[in-house]
Amino acid sequence: MGIDSIKSYMSELLKKGQREDGRKIFDYRKIEVEVNPLARACGSARVRIGETEVLVGVKMDVTKPYPDSPDDGTLMVNAELIPLANPDFEPGPPSPQSVELARVVDRGIRESGAIDTAKLCITPKEKVWTVFIDIYPMNDDGNLLDAAALGAIVALKHAYIPKYDEKEEKVLYKELTKEKLPLTCLPVMTTFGKLDGNVFLDASRREEKSYDGRLSIATLENGAISAMQKGEAGTFTEKEVFELLGTAIEKGKELRGLIKKV
Amino acid sequence: MEKVFVNDKDIVIPGEPLAEGFDFLPAGKAFREDEKIFASTIGLVYVKGRVIKVIPLAGKYMPKRGDIVIGKVTNIGHSGWTLDIDCPYLADLNIGEASSEYIDLRKASMNQFFDIGDYALTEVTAISEGMFVKLTAKYRPYRRLVGGTIIKVSPTKIPRIIGKAGSMIKMLKDHSNCDITVGQNGLIWIKGDAEKQALVSRIIKVIEKESHLPGLTDKIKHMLEGGK
Repeated sequence: MGIDSIKSYMSELLKKGQREDGRKIFDYRKIEVEVNPLARACGSARVRIGETEVLVGVKMDVTKPYPDSPDDGTLMVNAELIPLANPDFEPGPPSPQSVELARVVDRGIRESGAIDTAKLCITPKEKVWTVFIDIYPMNDDGNLLDAAALGAIVALKHAYIPKYDEKEEKVLYKELTKEKLPLTCLPVMTTFGKLDGNVFLDASRREEKSYDGRLSIATLENGAISAMQKGEAGTFTEKEVFELLGTAIEKGKELRGLIKKV
Repeated sequence: MEKVFVNDKDIVIPGEPLAEGFDFLPAGKAFREDEKIFASTIGLVYVKGRVIKVIPLAGKYMPKRGDIVIGKVTNIGHSGWTLDIDCPYLADLNIGEASSEYIDLRKASMNQFFDIGDYALTEVTAISEGMFVKLTAKYRPYRRLVGGTIIKVSPTKIPRIIGKAGSMIKMLKDHSNCDITVGQNGLIWIKGDAEKQALVSRIIKVIEKESHLPGLTDKIKHMLEGGK
């Protein structure tokens, strides 16, 4: 019994197009987005997908640009999986899971060109803005990837650039300018799971424990794909991947609607 | 100096003084310190005559002798199994307590009875001073749980899920044709048709969430009959 029995029960449900919590296979749980809950961040967001809750903060600092892109601002994404969110998470050095979470969110934003890095340049070769995105899951009930990616883009969208004291070379975090962080598009992530040949969207934690594989797709408004990541051991067929791309674009519109509302 | 500081069915927090004087008796999660009675956890207080009782609203399961619990096998040792019964302590099922018949280890292997990852319905027989929990699965209905699904709820909500004299659980069983076994530690085993299993687990989550609201039984009945 144990996990195998729960797995076969879930796959039986999926075959009938049902889920344990009463959703259809391509339904999200209830999504709630809260803007700027953190007073001291340049921008922040709290996203809830069902019981999953993620807090994302955006902070900016002035740094030296990379030599190969002297007039572009830089982006850094960091995720920390604290035991508060899930007893399976251990404190200590970053786990492969937290590195993956940060990198997938990073790639979705970076490769889409959502942040207009050219506008983040203060003096070429010397000073550019670095955007730090910090992801803190508060509760893990499955699908942290989508929640974190959604939180990141909402936090960016509502972030203001802090004041910079050129003489003292200090960032004045307590005074934000009226200038918004320059965004060009809104990448959103949709993550699918696969169990015994059945594909479904937005896995809960119980579903995550029994699924074979997962596929995350980040899409843009114009239907472009900015990032993809496959996780776990299971495989997806070519046909499935193409079908999921279509579903991801459709679901992306739904999520983008949510972002625009708040 | 006899005095009660709270009303019946008040919500109390840990350390809150409930009554003063030796006329009163603490029960449940209430305790006495000198003349006063305090609450040791967040919960509802019941004042019945001289008895001051605190029923916890939240909290982890604490093993008690005679409790029927569902555990997950996490380790197989030389002479027994270690079970996770979702409490702060490990529980031990000795080989002599696993079956009513003699188990000859030369002929049978331990994992034929309980393998790692299996769930088992057991009873708490003893808790030692060092908080080692001893379990038994010798007699029926204690056994390995085959098939079905396991869900987890807060152990403080178990009485509501069972209902008065088992009324709620009986209604669930009758309408869904599922086999439902409730462990005192908050683990519930449901076995039946896959769709019904999902329905029952959804309904149990509703009971857990709305256990304090009136009209719950009618709502559950409505859900069981196919309503939202």
